[in-house]
Amino acid sequence: MNSLSLAQVLQPGMEQSETEVKKTVLKLEHVNIHYGSFQAVKDASFEIYEKHVTAFIGPSGCGKSTVLRSINRMNDMIRGSWIDGKILFNGHDLYDDQVDPVLIRRRIGMVFQKPNPFPKSIYENIAWGARINGFKGDYDELVEQSLRQAALWEEVKDKLKQNALRLSGGQQQRLCIARTIAVQPEVILMDEPASALDPIATGRIEELILELKNNYTIVIVTHNMGQASRVSDHTAFFMVDDKRTGYLQEYAETEQLFLNPQHKKTEEYISGKFG
Amino acid sequence: MIDPTVHPFGKKMRIHERLIESTLFAFALLSIVITLGIAIILIRESYLFFSDPEVELWGFLTGREWQPMIGRFGFLPLLNATLTTSVIAMALGIPVGLFVAIYLSEYASDKTRGILKPVLEVLAGIPTIVYGYFALTFMTPLLRSIFGMETVEIYNTASAGLVIGILVLPMIATMAEDAIGAVPKELRLAAYALGGTKMETTFKVVIPAALSGLSATFLLALSRAIGETMIVALAAGAGPNLTFSPFEAAETITGYIVRISGGDVSYNSVDYNSIFALGLILFLITFTLNMISRKISRMFHQEYE
Repeated sequence: MNSLSLAQVLQPGMEQSETEVKKTVLKLEHVNIHYGSFQAVKDASFEIYEKHVTAFIGPSGCGKSTVLRSINRMNDMIRGSWIDGKILFNGHDLYDDQVDPVLIRRRIGMVFQKPNPFPKSIYENIAWGARINGFKGDYDELVEQSLRQAALWEEVKDKLKQNALRLSGGQQQRLCIARTIAVQPEVILMDEPASALDPIATGRIEELILELKNNYTIVIVTHNMGQASRVSDHTAFFMVDDKRTGYLQEYAETEQLFLNPQHKKTEEYISGKFG
Repeated sequence: MIDPTVHPFGKKMRIHERLIESTLFAFALLSIVITLGIAIILIRESYLFFSDPEVELWGFLTGREWQPMIGRFGFLPLLNATLTTSVIAMALGIPVGLFVAIYLSEYASDKTRGILKPVLEVLAGIPTIVYGYFALTFMTPLLRSIFGMETVEIYNTASAGLVIGILVLPMIATMAEDAIGAVPKELRLAAYALGGTKMETTFKVVIPAALSGLSATFLLALSRAIGETMIVALAAGAGPNLTFSPFEAAETITGYIVRISGGDVSYNSVDYNSIFALGLILFLITFTLNMISRKISRMFHQEYE
C-alpha cells in the first residue's frame, strides 16, 4: 500500500476514495502473448480493480489491445496466438485447460473500436446476447434497462423495431455498449471505443463510462491521453522494445501517472514527445 | 497543341492509349449487340408464331396439351416439367450447396479447403452432356432400385432434377461462400464477445446477415436450372406430359426446343416457330430472375457501406 499513501500525499483530495478497500477482479501474472514465433507482449503483471476504470495507453504496436483481447480470450480467434503466464479472474485462471472461453465472454464483455451492431432491429441487437444465454425474464424490460444504462433509451424508445444500422455512429456505439450490458457481465473491455466518433459523440461515451463504473469494472484502451485522464482511475502505460515486443512500462493511479510519472518514457509519452 | 520543346509539360500524344481504349470498348459493345440481336430474333420469330391463325395467346398460356402436330399449343405441360426438374434441383442444390459454403467459410481448416475447393471446381467443369448420361445410367437405375421398376419410368423428371441439383451445387457453394465471406468480420467478433458459440454466431448472426446475398445466389441457380438443357433432353423424357409425378417422363421447355431444332421439321412451320416463342419465354424468366438477383445483391452491398 506504499504507492497509495504516496498518492494521498500528492493528492489530498483523493483521500476519501482511497480509504475504500479495492477488490481485485483481474490479476495478470507474467503474461507473455505470442503470434506464432513473434512475441507481442512480454511479462505483463498488474491488477484490475472492481468498479474502477483502468485505461491502457501507449504508442501503436505496444500490445495494449492484445492484452485487452487476452482478458476475454478473443485472442483465441487469431490463428497462431498463444499465451503463457496467468490471468486470474476472481481467482480463477482464464487459461486453464478446463476453461470454456464462451463462458468467460459471458462474464467479460467487449466493445470494439468500430461500432458493430448486428444488421437487425435495435431491440434484437439487445436481446441477442440474452437469448443465446437462455435468459428467461422479461425481454422488453431487459431492452429498456440496457438502453437506459447506455443513455440511449430516450433517443430510440419509439423506434426499437428499426434497423440498428440506421443509427448514427455514436448511437451505434452506445447500442453496442447496451448490447454488452444486456448479458450482465462483470467486466466490460473497451477497445478504443470512441476513436471512430466525433468529439460530441466521444464526450457522451466518456460520460457513459463514468456512469457505468458504478456497476461494472471497465478496462479501456485509448490513444487519447485526455480521455484516459478524464475517465480512468488507473492507467497502464505500455511501451514497445526494439524487437517490437510490447511491455508494461508503468502502472499507477491515473492522477499519479499523469502528474508524477516514474519513468522518463512515460513522461515523454504523456507530454506528447512521441507516440 | 503545345510544342513539348517550348513547354516542359506539354501534352504528349499517346496513340496506343487511345487505340487500346477504343478496342476494348468495341468488344464491350459487341456483347451488347449480340444480346440485342438474340432478343430481336426471338421476338420476331415469336411474333410469326403468335400471328399464326392456329395459335392464340390465351390458349398458349393456359392450354393443358402441347401437340403442335394436331394444332394443340398449350404450353403448361412443358412449363410444368421445367418447374418440376428445377424445384427438385433446388431442393437438392440449395441445402447441400449452402452447407458446403458454411463449412468452407466458417469451419474448414486451410488444408481441407485446399482439397475441397478444387474438387468443386472440377465438378463445375464437367460438360453437361456427361451429367446427362450420369442421370440416365446412374441416377435413374438408382431411383428405380429404391422406388421400384413399376413406379419409376426410364425417363423421369426426378432423375434429371437431382442431377441438375448436382450440376448447380458448385455454383451455389462458391457464390454462397462469397456471400457469407462478405459478412464483416466485426459482426462475428461481436457475437463471440457476447458469449456466442461458433454455431450461434454462424447461424444466428452470419447467415441472417448474408441472407440477401444468399437469396441472390439461389435465384441465379434457379435461373441456371430452368435453362439447363442437355440433362433434361437425355433423362427427363421426349414427349409433353402434364403430370405432377416426378417419376414419369415429361418434356421440359428446353427439352422440346432441342428435339425440334435437331429434328427435321421444316422452317417456317408452326412447330418450328413455336420454339422461338418458348425460347422467348425462357429468356424472359431467366432475365427476370437475374435482374431480381442483381437487385437483391446490390441492396446487400449498400447495407454495409
